[in-house]
Amino acid sequence: MIELDRAGRSFKVRRSLKLKGNLVHAVCDLSFTVAPGEFVGYLGPNGAGKSTTIKMLCGILTPTSGRVRVAGLDPSRKRTTLARRIGVVFGQRTTLWWDLPLRDSFELIRLLYKVDRKVFKTRLDELIETLDLGAFTRTPVRQLSLGQRMRGDLAAALLHAPDVLVLDEPTIGLDVVSKSSIRAFLRRLNAEQGTTVLLTTHDLGDIERLCRRVMLIDHGRLAFDGTLDELMATAPEQSTIEDVVTRLYTGSR
Amino acid sequence: MVRSYFLLAWTWTRAAMAYPASFALTTVLGLFVAGTDVAVILIIFANTTSLAGFSREETLFLYGTANLAFCLCDLFVSNVDRISQHIKAGTFDTMLIRPVSAWIQLATDRFLPTRAGRVLQAAIVLGYAISALDLGSGRLWMVPVMIATGVVIFGALWTLAGALQFVLTDAPEVTNAFTYGSGQLTQYPLAIYGRDLVRGVTYALPLAFINWQPALYVLDRDDPFGTPGFMRFLGPVAALVLALLAGSAWRLGIRHYRSTGS
Repeated sequence: MIELDRAGRSFKVRRSLKLKGNLVHAVCDLSFTVAPGEFVGYLGPNGAGKSTTIKMLCGILTPTSGRVRVAGLDPSRKRTTLARRIGVVFGQRTTLWWDLPLRDSFELIRLLYKVDRKVFKTRLDELIETLDLGAFTRTPVRQLSLGQRMRGDLAAALLHAPDVLVLDEPTIGLDVVSKSSIRAFLRRLNAEQGTTVLLTTHDLGDIERLCRRVMLIDHGRLAFDGTLDELMATAPEQSTIEDVVTRLYTGSR
Repeated sequence: MVRSYFLLAWTWTRAAMAYPASFALTTVLGLFVAGTDVAVILIIFANTTSLAGFSREETLFLYGTANLAFCLCDLFVSNVDRISQHIKAGTFDTMLIRPVSAWIQLATDRFLPTRAGRVLQAAIVLGYAISALDLGSGRLWMVPVMIATGVVIFGALWTLAGALQFVLTDAPEVTNAFTYGSGQLTQYPLAIYGRDLVRGVTYALPLAFINWQPALYVLDRDDPFGTPGFMRFLGPVAALVLALLAGSAWRLGIRHYRSTGS
């Protein structure tokens, strides 16, 4: 479903007006494969290259080297085709229309993604129920609380029934109740509909409760790729997941 | 493409109507600002009978054709110049995850239907000029051609300006000088400007083909700068070349888009 082959993205960073800048490798020679139906946690310290990877997966950034394939498509060249098969959620910013009520945003998404009206109706009702959106579908997005907005964003990313869901810190800033309802929803989505999920987060609770497989990226390179149990086994017994990840983050510096 | 365009434009129209007072105010203000342009021309002709050899009605014809094309683009395309704001705020990312071209999403971004008032104003001025000039019907076919040419050229200029923002994210004003500046420049007979400037806007940035060159044909006038007659008909070619150039610049810009941190 997701395939990276020695993918890299570098940025030229210019200092003052000098034309020759330094090349910064945000992601370097990154290779991994995610099979359909997997639920993968994508970890890494700030600035490790997580967001850059995600942006290459949805076609926002063009890789400067290597090959990226999502659902068999080259994201940067087939961006609008891929958009129909991938759902993307950014925890840091909404993809909804700020001044529109949630319901209007959803209807607009239906039209833009050309989802059949009947299919859409069933799917929307289902999402409204499982994400508990009923109380605020008529509220403009700008008036929603962060937790409500996040659930609205999740629904918006899933209305076109994507094969792959990419989540960039979806639980950032949420309270425990909102977090656990979003986690429960994601687990069901993956189990029942077989949606492939790639999740980046700094919340290790998300990883423990959701991800069978964990990938850890640091300095733009893959530092660990395996099951959660294998990750825990890299540290002495009795360590918590925080200890394990701290070791990996600091050890690789 | 067209369907997505109008869907998004309609969405923003409804969003704009959510603030009715501001909606009414921008309509009135827009018409007022547009009215001052005509007032300037009328004031000039209150003091003289010709401007570089062109009568009041001929000048209004030039103003009407250029301004109609410009206002149509201002209504339908000009929002692409908001791209630098979206790049800086990181909201451009969210446009790139939709199954609709980023250009269409930007062109419809905060679409302001109130600008349609200015299109109407330009059309009225043009209608008046054509009837007052008593033009023979044999050359009138050129008028819709020149409006279409003008729309494409202005649209391409805005797209080029947008594409430049991928590189110059901090300088939207620089590119505004080209778009709005071109709109202002083409409102008068080019004969009032210096020879070098007119050469520039004929052979480098093809603004002369928006209205000046084809209007010389419609008005049956010789070019005071002495360009050959066939150039009156080169507008569509110039528009096509500029549009292709703008299209590739835009695609190049998107491929080199760097996004923001996080």
